[in-house]
Amino acid sequence: MKKIAVIDYGMGNLRSVAKALEHAAGKSAHVTVTSSHKEVTQADHVVFPGQGAAKDCMHQLAHHNLLEVVNEAWLSKPFLGICMGLQVLFDFSEENSGTACLSLIPGRVEAFDCNMRDSHAGNILKVPHMGWNHVKQQHSHPLWQGIDDGARFYFVHSYYAAPKNNDVVCGITEYGISFTSAIAKNNAFACQFHPEKSSKDGLRLLKNFIEWDGGL
Amino acid sequence: MLAKRIIPCLDVDNGRVVKGVQFVDIRDAGDPVEIARRYDKEGADEITFLDITASSDNRSTMIDVVEHVANEVFIPLTVGGGIRSVEDVRTMLNAGADKVGINTAAIFEPELVKRAAGKVGSQCIVVAIDAKQVSGEGEPLRWEVFTHGGRKPTGIDAVEWAQRMCRYGAGEILLTSMDRDGTKIGFDLALTRAVSRAVTIPVIASGGVGTLAHLAEGVLDGEADAVLAASIFHFGEYSIGEAKAFMAAKGIEMRM
Repeated sequence: MKKIAVIDYGMGNLRSVAKALEHAAGKSAHVTVTSSHKEVTQADHVVFPGQGAAKDCMHQLAHHNLLEVVNEAWLSKPFLGICMGLQVLFDFSEENSGTACLSLIPGRVEAFDCNMRDSHAGNILKVPHMGWNHVKQQHSHPLWQGIDDGARFYFVHSYYAAPKNNDVVCGITEYGISFTSAIAKNNAFACQFHPEKSSKDGLRLLKNFIEWDGGL
Repeated sequence: MLAKRIIPCLDVDNGRVVKGVQFVDIRDAGDPVEIARRYDKEGADEITFLDITASSDNRSTMIDVVEHVANEVFIPLTVGGGIRSVEDVRTMLNAGADKVGINTAAIFEPELVKRAAGKVGSQCIVVAIDAKQVSGEGEPLRWEVFTHGGRKPTGIDAVEWAQRMCRYGAGEILLTSMDRDGTKIGFDLALTRAVSRAVTIPVIASGGVGTLAHLAEGVLDGEADAVLAASIFHFGEYSIGEAKAFMAAKGIEMRM
């Protein structure tokens, strides 16, 4: 049975993520929500979720002594970042008057402009970007298996990642601008949307992740 | 493009869904889990639970409800009713809610919204506003915030209140017209539009839906980002799928 560790660093409720993983895995995996180094290190798959503000996230990661562990998992095993768990992988976030992040991927996290307008209707686009939006798959990936290109996933965020290099971009979404909604690099995948809240397609992505060996 | 959302709302009393949901193929029409699962299958974009339990002694049953639903239904869940403190917000989030609605408590203590958003993030905080038109005929339209199911005026202008709650960190506004609630004659579109234009956060229109055309009007004329309805879905008059197909045919971006 595969061991899946959901990294708990005190940034809110991880219950939904764990339950959705359990639901997607059936009997094939054991899911633990944990802040223990040992459990994360021993896990076969690591999920790095996150909500709230970037500065708090970075602070809590350091406080729980998890920076090294995240780094190691990122390099060594199937790794799934979700929402803030995608954003803090970058160098820097504009949130909280500027927050230095993990620098695992070159690039920045920027705020949506509050004056963006819908290109068709012309109305002001509300921030946070909240609800179901299309994700255009940029290339095939094991985690997209069985999911239609352009399928909708559930988003809720006010900041978005702007990677320096295009080769990590695995999904893009339109909201006033075209932004990176999923990234992939080697054994790691991260999404701005919430698969655990995205009904059937979200559960499929989680199932794909559980079955993924980290290769392409 | 971001889809407009359809949100069925369920009233929960002592852990049971009330106002009788009537799906022919549901065994237990009072079971929140079974109903939520059904709405997810039909394509609901989110589900809102309103705790109408009178006695605060029975609050813990609502926590059980949220836990059970969140264990099995993987779309966003909002819980409102009786939320009075940051602790209440946290309890509901820990039980599996994604967003928590604050209504009356925000009126008595506006700073609560600021504190709650600061602690759990704006994306988890929905401020529910019950508004009623107070302007007379021929006067410029004006709405006031009411409490106690629309019986007690607060003297607070509804549009200004929405703006203030937005500044205080609300992530979304759930706007109910108490003039229209239960009437089935459609949303108060002027109210919805006024609030939606006044804030930078999403607005959910509520109160008065009787037909599918009303849902579409809420988005097209009311400029709402989401529409909430209870009875037209519960009594099987329309399915969520039918509502979405109707709205999409009107040119509204929907998740099909």
